[in-house]
Amino acid sequence: MQFIKERLSYLFKSTKGLILVAIAMIAMETALFGMLSGPMAEYGVRDVVVRALGMDLVQAEREGRIIILYHSIAMAVVAIETYMITGLLKMKEFYKIAVRALITVGYLMAMLFGMGFAYWGHNWALHGLYIAGLTLVFFAGVLLTIALWPWQKEYAQPDPAYSRTRKGLDVERTAFFATALTTILSALFGAIPGSFFGNGFEVFLAENVIRLPEKTTMQYSIIGHLHIMLALIAIMLTLILGRWLDFKGLLHKIAMPLIILGTIVLNLGVWGVTTSLQPIAHMIIYVGATPAMLGALMLVIFTWDKLIRQGVAEIEKPTGWQKFKALLRDPLRFGPMWQMVFMNFTTSGLGIFMAVRLDEIFRLWPAREERIELTGHWHVLSAIVATIILLYYGDMIGLKGRLRQWYGWAIIILSNIAFGAVTVFEMKRLFISEATQQPLVNNLMLLIDFGLGMLLVVLALVMIWRLLDLFKKKGRWTHELEQDDLSEEVQ
Amino acid sequence: MKRLFFPLLTLVLLVSACGTVDLDAAVPVFETGVNPETWVLIPAGEFLAGQHNDPVTLDYDYEIMVTDVTVAQYVAFLNAALSDDLLRIDGDRGVGFYPGDEFLGAKHEIEIGPGEYIFVPLNDPASRFTFDGEHFAVVPGWENHPMTNVSWFGARDYCLYYAGRLPTELEWEKAARGTDDDRPFPWGDEIARNNANYYASRDPFENMGSFGSRTSPVGFYNGQTYGDYRTLDSASPYGLYDMAGNVWQWMGNLEPGLSDRLLRGGSKDTYEMDLRIWVRNSAPPMYYSPGVGFRCVRDP
Repeated sequence: MQFIKERLSYLFKSTKGLILVAIAMIAMETALFGMLSGPMAEYGVRDVVVRALGMDLVQAEREGRIIILYHSIAMAVVAIETYMITGLLKMKEFYKIAVRALITVGYLMAMLFGMGFAYWGHNWALHGLYIAGLTLVFFAGVLLTIALWPWQKEYAQPDPAYSRTRKGLDVERTAFFATALTTILSALFGAIPGSFFGNGFEVFLAENVIRLPEKTTMQYSIIGHLHIMLALIAIMLTLILGRWLDFKGLLHKIAMPLIILGTIVLNLGVWGVTTSLQPIAHMIIYVGATPAMLGALMLVIFTWDKLIRQGVAEIEKPTGWQKFKALLRDPLRFGPMWQMVFMNFTTSGLGIFMAVRLDEIFRLWPAREERIELTGHWHVLSAIVATIILLYYGDMIGLKGRLRQWYGWAIIILSNIAFGAVTVFEMKRLFISEATQQPLVNNLMLLIDFGLGMLLVVLALVMIWRLLDLFKKKGRWTHELEQDDLSEEVQ
Repeated sequence: MKRLFFPLLTLVLLVSACGTVDLDAAVPVFETGVNPETWVLIPAGEFLAGQHNDPVTLDYDYEIMVTDVTVAQYVAFLNAALSDDLLRIDGDRGVGFYPGDEFLGAKHEIEIGPGEYIFVPLNDPASRFTFDGEHFAVVPGWENHPMTNVSWFGARDYCLYYAGRLPTELEWEKAARGTDDDRPFPWGDEIARNNANYYASRDPFENMGSFGSRTSPVGFYNGQTYGDYRTLDSASPYGLYDMAGNVWQWMGNLEPGLSDRLLRGGSKDTYEMDLRIWVRNSAPPMYYSPGVGFRCVRDP
């Protein structure tokens, strides 16, 4: 009994244990439900999985299933970010415990009962529990926002190396607070239309209504919701990375106000799509996205500069090549920033290109082609967020030496192969016709499947390793149980 | 060597992706026994429309073609329209007159004013017809396949020429679904690979290693066995074939503020989710593709 009690205590009470559980849940869900679509369906794997697990997939309910699937994964990602925030930032112990308890129960309920409802028949009791799970996550967000309140004396920033006001207000904490606050407000932009449409009966996927000339306010609300939630998850992760890597100095002082400004304006733009501001909402969104992305760029510059400086500290006059090697010597700290840069090639840049050339190029293609771009765009964005979390997690669990190198570079290279291929796939109509595309499509699919498949294998190996570790009396988990405060590991 | 593994793998895959595709690869020839000249009556009455099964009543009878318009049928039209001056050759395009749409100036709306618009491209290697400067002809073997590489304008004029019109979405959907239930596919609730021609459905016309998925003859999925390939009878309740898969079908109804024309039915190039009866696609009316065709409706 003591054996189980100690392990459960690690998994559900410690910061690293909670993160491990959430990553494992996402990994299992991704591996299982990833077999139901795309090439896996083509190869016949889906049919086997559906039969073996007794799934009940009604054709008319596909959109609803997908929405629950996305939400259940997103809740786990939000939970991971919340564990990181509560481990990195100072807050009252009550809030820390309450937020973690609520969000853990919440995301697990949303995931287990939501997927049960969506894929194994329609037991409405499960749907109720799924909604209860989402509600707990929302309430955890409210408590987290309160806990992050930056205008308390004990949270003032005494160190002038960090962004702060003359009165000592911690501007970085304010950025965390602003992002948390806007996240819970933006959640409502999904919750209200979700309720309005009535028990999920009249669901739709945003990419399927993109060309309707007239959209209802509720449709706009949902389109805004899905965009802003992903953006806010990315912004929050940027702030978390900044704290982990001890972002400070002049760039920090410029970046933090930019991120706060960007986050607020971005949200105003997205919320504006449901109001009379709709015609200019995109312009407001661009105005908000620019400072937020500039803030992230400053974090990249700071981190890479720091990596190079640390790497050549022993060399009197380092050459360019030595600096380059220093930059690449630790994939777990180089990687998150590289993924952020890569994200701009594969998603942000692509999104802007589409927006700028929409009428000249993309609207001359069939709507289904545009759907490929849209879904590819945000799938890659979500997956990049996931890889950045995995890179931070690799550092968190203390990977060292060759293992650290292999784990880090595998995540970076495999994901970049897959995401690069997705980008080419999305844009293929620019340079190849429908009639002649098949060999290219086959090879791109191979690259995508290879990249993502091997990435999942790497993740599975780590999860198995961590599982086996739990059976050891003095395993790694016993050390992690003591390392609840991530701020002590800030580098 | 280890360092070179990933770059080399990427290079090999990209180089292999540049291989040429033989668009004239031989096509298996099968006689389906389904006559593309057949029309069926859809009586007035209520049916369940859309994904959410909204009851809708069409208070008039109409007739609809049992199959998509075939390449042979359309080539006959092209020759007739050419001699009747309804079709003009303009460089590498066959064009005809369209009186224009009402332009509302909505966001992203393209103005389609009165003028000549493309019916068919003349030099597209993916087309299943040829033009020698005077006459159109079918590429042998493709006679009973659905006409593709035809724009909405070209589809519309075909139907008008034979005293018909393109179906509205509701007309098309009722003909596909029938009136008895809320089935997602014309034949029922589930889809198997031998129900319809869709992406990677392993039909005798596709080669996913080379040219990918190609059209199947109209009415192919009628329960017959062709060689060693057995099809399921996939007719709709009214006896229509190919209402799911093979080619997207142009619709006749216009949405205010949307210059795109609507497409229904999914195609050889899409996954089965797009073959569900209510799924919509759209494209500008001048768009043409090897995966887009049409059928007509007419008053009884």
